[in-house]
Amino acid sequence: MSRLQRSINWGRLGIAALPWFWLGLFFVLPFLYVLKISLAEPQLAQPPYMDLVREFEDGIMTLVVNFGNYQLLLEDSLYINALMGSLKVAAVSTFFAVLIGYPMAYAIARAPSHWRLPLLMLIILPFWTSFLIRVYAWIGILKNNGLLNQFLMWTGLIDAPIDILYTQTAVYIGIVYSYLPFIVLPLYATLVRLDQSLLEAAADLGCPPLKQFLLITLPLSLPGLIAGSMLVFIPVMGEFVIPDLLGGPNTLMLGKLMWTEFFANKDWPLASALAAVLLVVLIIPFVLLRHMEQRSEEAE
Amino acid sequence: MDEEPIVRIEGVTKTFGSMYAVDDISLQIYRGEFFSLLGSSGCGKTTLLRMLAGFETPTQGRIYIDGKDITDVPPYRRPINMMFQSYALFPHMSVIDNIAFGLKQEGMPADACKERVDEMLDLVQISALGKRKPHQLSGGQRQRVALARSLAKHPRILLLDEPLGALDKKLRERTQFELVNIQERLGITFIVVTHDQEEAMTMSSRVALMREGRIEQIDTPRMIYEFPRSRYAASFFGSINLLHGVVDSQDEECINVLSDEAGGMLRVNYSHPIAIGTDVTVAVRPEKLRLITAGTDEPNTVEGVIEEIAYLGDVSIYHVDLASGKRIQFTQSNTQALAEQPLDWGQTVTLTWQSQAAGVLTE
Repeated sequence: MSRLQRSINWGRLGIAALPWFWLGLFFVLPFLYVLKISLAEPQLAQPPYMDLVREFEDGIMTLVVNFGNYQLLLEDSLYINALMGSLKVAAVSTFFAVLIGYPMAYAIARAPSHWRLPLLMLIILPFWTSFLIRVYAWIGILKNNGLLNQFLMWTGLIDAPIDILYTQTAVYIGIVYSYLPFIVLPLYATLVRLDQSLLEAAADLGCPPLKQFLLITLPLSLPGLIAGSMLVFIPVMGEFVIPDLLGGPNTLMLGKLMWTEFFANKDWPLASALAAVLLVVLIIPFVLLRHMEQRSEEAE
Repeated sequence: MDEEPIVRIEGVTKTFGSMYAVDDISLQIYRGEFFSLLGSSGCGKTTLLRMLAGFETPTQGRIYIDGKDITDVPPYRRPINMMFQSYALFPHMSVIDNIAFGLKQEGMPADACKERVDEMLDLVQISALGKRKPHQLSGGQRQRVALARSLAKHPRILLLDEPLGALDKKLRERTQFELVNIQERLGITFIVVTHDQEEAMTMSSRVALMREGRIEQIDTPRMIYEFPRSRYAASFFGSINLLHGVVDSQDEECINVLSDEAGGMLRVNYSHPIAIGTDVTVAVRPEKLRLITAGTDEPNTVEGVIEEIAYLGDVSIYHVDLASGKRIQFTQSNTQALAEQPLDWGQTVTLTWQSQAAGVLTE
């Protein structure tokens, strides 16, 4: 009996430890490695950075920590601007993704039940093709003699093609398009569970439809809305492919900058410092959110 | 009742596809009534209630409240409130905010609103729970919040969809009386949907018994119980003995029915003209039957053998097989605790009842 119990406890412990083990092996360790590189000095060699612990001529092992990369990040406005650029792109993209995604999720959740699955499939289906191909397709649509401009000229709305490709607008279009399902799916999941009798009760108590949405549907869909927004905001902060392919030279984002530092400038320590800063910036809202959730749970 | 009914339903039909949920119903409900829509599930009672609330639009017919046609008025502009079967409390709001919700919609000033909420909390006796969220309440407490919320705007009509359905038996019985008390105190017209005949009997001033989208009978609980107009109505409320027969003769007050099932002549109060030879059913409740000593030729007398006895504590139910093979029931109060059982299995008994204690079903 006690042996059986002990083996069960071990099993439980193993299951509980597994995610931590996973997190440690594939997140904490690599990140510590990145952190280590970010504190090193660059050199023209393979690997392109110096060890932190070095043996000098006097034979003494010395730990050489270089905060210069972080200092550079703070001093050179390029990096601050890139961070701000990324924050702005992530915020604006999330805003538009919510603006477009919420009505879609709402419509699917309110559709007759036999329509919901096919409609969800329509959202998911494009994601069965390669991400790159979908972004390339946007080049074909947005370029000067692309589908969009041809269509607009055919309708007579414009006489000459407008520049969309290689502008910030193209980046927004590409990002919102690519990340839309990440906001639609969690929102759909919360909206479809929303008890319709709550809206009837609100109506019964004298609440007209628009106000019903603001007072009942919106607050009750907040968990899905927040989850979806984070699923868009966080990856967009580090997004590299879409700004690189659709954006112009003015598109300044952390992801692009990191790529340049890593591969073009071979400055691994600086790129690592950028990666570390990005992580911290992303963790802050996450921690704040957890804190808020906990507080509201305690209040209840 | 000459006064203008507060609710007038005229020829209302509601179809879902080819299914008639409500089939040409007309009825009137008067001010201050405790009116029950009673029926088994799928009889259309909830659909009718939802049409009153404005959540469904009638396929045909009109609904008037206080003489005004409200058939096409949206729910948020009707002088009606509803207590939902699921309670439909807003999970993200406290008890106070739930109750105040309707008041805020009509723009009541904050202090008046607070006063009304306190009054409501007091009315349903949950003053201490105002700051809680619905998920922190028990089922009975939630039911009270739902009631308080639906009453907060002092509606002229309150619709209640299975108001006691989610409570356990003990709580249900206590709450029945509370509901009636509150209704009398506030003078609001209550329209209740229920599938529980006992609940409808205890609370209502009038009951509309529904079946397959139509109204089987509208009457006071007493009249429906004592004088059901159809076999369905008769068997819906409690148990009843149904004895077939043929009208043999009619005098001023009564008809005499020759019943092979009963093995003799039955005499029942019936003042409407009826043709001799009509097939009828005489309906008599088990508690109307009386034991007598054998050997009488009076009508309304049957003789049989006790086959089963069910002891329920307050009463015992006896199942008696008549000579015709028809099984009937009669009940006896158990007036003494450990008295020797006066009746036993296999015993032959003679039973009788008064001519005004039975009803005639012609359908």
